[in-house]
Amino acid sequence: MSFAEKLRLRLDKTRKQLFGRLNDLFRPGATLDASTWESLEEILITADIGVSTSHLILDKLKKRIQKEKSVQPHEIRNLLEDELIALLSGGISGQLDDRVVRNKPYVILMVGVNGTGKTTTIGKLAGRFSDQGLKVLMVAADTFRAAASDQLGIWADRASVEIVHSKGGDPSALIFDAMDRAKSRVFDVVLVDTAGRMHTKVNLMEELKKMRRVIEKQIVGAPHETILVLDGTTGQNAAAQAKQFAKACPLTGLIVTKLDGTAKGGVLVSIQQDLGVPIYYVGVGESLDDLIPFNAEDFVKAVTE
Amino acid sequence: MFNDLSNKFTLAFKKLAGRSSINEKNITDALRDIRLALLEADVHFSVVKSFIDKATEKALGQEVLRSVSPGEQLVKIVHDELIETLGGEHAPLQHAAIPPTVIMMVGLQGSGKTTLTGKLAHQLIKKGRKPLLVAADVYRPAAAEQLKTLGRQLEIPTFSAEEAGSQDPVKICFDSITYARQHGRDVALLDTAGRLHIDDDLMKELETIKAKIKPQEILFVADGMTGQDAVNTAKEFVGRLDFHGVVLTKMDGDARGGAALSIRSITGKPIKYLGTGEKLDLLEEFHPERMASRILGMGDIVSLVEKAQEHIDLEKAKELEQKFLKNEFNLQDFSDQIRQLKRMGSIESILGMIPGVGGRIKGMNLDDKALNRMTAIISSMTISERNKPHQLEGRRRLRIARGSGTSVQEVNQLLKQFQEMQKMMKKFGKMNPAEIMKRIPGAR
Repeated sequence: MSFAEKLRLRLDKTRKQLFGRLNDLFRPGATLDASTWESLEEILITADIGVSTSHLILDKLKKRIQKEKSVQPHEIRNLLEDELIALLSGGISGQLDDRVVRNKPYVILMVGVNGTGKTTTIGKLAGRFSDQGLKVLMVAADTFRAAASDQLGIWADRASVEIVHSKGGDPSALIFDAMDRAKSRVFDVVLVDTAGRMHTKVNLMEELKKMRRVIEKQIVGAPHETILVLDGTTGQNAAAQAKQFAKACPLTGLIVTKLDGTAKGGVLVSIQQDLGVPIYYVGVGESLDDLIPFNAEDFVKAVTE
Repeated sequence: MFNDLSNKFTLAFKKLAGRSSINEKNITDALRDIRLALLEADVHFSVVKSFIDKATEKALGQEVLRSVSPGEQLVKIVHDELIETLGGEHAPLQHAAIPPTVIMMVGLQGSGKTTLTGKLAHQLIKKGRKPLLVAADVYRPAAAEQLKTLGRQLEIPTFSAEEAGSQDPVKICFDSITYARQHGRDVALLDTAGRLHIDDDLMKELETIKAKIKPQEILFVADGMTGQDAVNTAKEFVGRLDFHGVVLTKMDGDARGGAALSIRSITGKPIKYLGTGEKLDLLEEFHPERMASRILGMGDIVSLVEKAQEHIDLEKAKELEQKFLKNEFNLQDFSDQIRQLKRMGSIESILGMIPGVGGRIKGMNLDDKALNRMTAIISSMTISERNKPHQLEGRRRLRIARGSGTSVQEVNQLLKQFQEMQKMMKKFGKMNPAEIMKRIPGAR
């Protein structure tokens, strides 16, 4: 099964529940009036795209239609898809898989608020890289949450990769040791798990900056990636999260989890505009291969067609 | 994006300011802005719609009271309507006539069920109960270990797959009740696995647990930052389990918590608690009127006053007031002030509760450590120096810097801030909050 097919299958509920309405709205012969635009506004906002971005999209569509005069209702749907794809790809693309072979060791720092699925995502990434024949080191730098390192340890066993962890203590100290180990042995990829932290807590964001500095000092050019893990069910607050995390440490990519429910993750559209970093993967399930490389076109088509 | 919210409300209400009456036109205008603000707070589209309809109806049917402006009156209408939608009084937990009481946590992955289980246990212990933690999440790696760690911190037992001798969540829950009865635990807290509302098998598992064990309370745990999808999830969970109450977690961030309004109006179930941090004692009872203020970006003056009453010495405050008036406020008083302020929580959390300030401080770097350094500096001064700071010349400043482990620059900065503050005291009343904020130490 291709990634596009899998995405379609997993986003089945979303497609049927929400964007199925597009079919009705833009059925052949339908008239375009104020209520059409109102319904479209509702569809966009309930997808978490947010008020301002939704209005931006609506304005663009209206302008296109004015310009081209005789537009059929079903053509608007294609225009909408194009618009969403353009906003979501933001002119940037990049696959993490292609990047990890550029440096050795390739250090990836994972950050995010509590409960977005950082640890699970690292587990899945480790499995993925390990399957590609890369030697992976996991760093359990979440020394705060009870049993977080046990959780990562189980993933390390599953993917048969090595892990550095400690009971409690300062995460930066643990990272220092881990980077030493990463240098001395021949690891290809180092995945650093950090404790979930609210983006509004100044002291915790400072802690994160420190962790990043420690990595920077130990390995030249590292961390090669700082990836923000976002919960796909989060609403407009995701934009605030992205902004604050980017301020603390420059982000290189996003991973969006939990899109296999009925959440649409529309907030991504506005985040893409603000940050301009690629979305590497979307998480659509619990198993190892449910982390799917993101492609704007596949994604938009999976929910709209 | 969020910073604008309270500003938007202010703008919406300003449109009505100075009008002697409210009519259909200006109400519709103001409510349109409120609609946008609610949508940006993640309140569900359909909920916003019916909310605005109701508010319009109420507003139009009212005469303008003489004592208030139309703007204030609309604020009140919207605020009241929010409180009504969010539910009346605080709904306490139900306990069983014959122990153990069973409380079951359900919700999506990562909503914070395990942490909440620990927090509830902590609160129950404080109330003299003897809770038992039950680890019914057999799917997430190390979930039971996480709960056990919390159990050890709280010094209470945890019942898991190990004790039940089975990986079946239904059996674990069922056996835990017998265990609780035998070991004198009067509340069993069931921590179930996170699951998607569309996962039929796992939802059935919860139905089975409910049917077999008949918990007194099923709490739906939801992430306070959830977007529009909160409605779908809540609908499915309430349809399947008819839960008793809702707990919103991660409310310590800057999310407006529109999900609260959505979930409440879709399910009609009371919101019982708010999780406001990672530590075990950070669980607050839910108060609709405070939540309404938060969604409106109006601050939470009630909580602030309560906190102040809890931590501030009234006698001292009166003494201080006199000093302000006589302009005798000295560095010792300043240091006392800082100590009292710190007891109330972080600066950011305190300022966030002040109406009109909340939106302005977002993104500002409010450093609590700066306060520690200030008290250290003042502590390194002699009593006479604290009373008459103008006598502090270079050598004294150097001594103080050394004594407090800071630098002369920092001592200078503090003295300058203190001078500014003395000046500010004199014209305090004439300022707006933004200007006051600029002068608050540590707010850069």
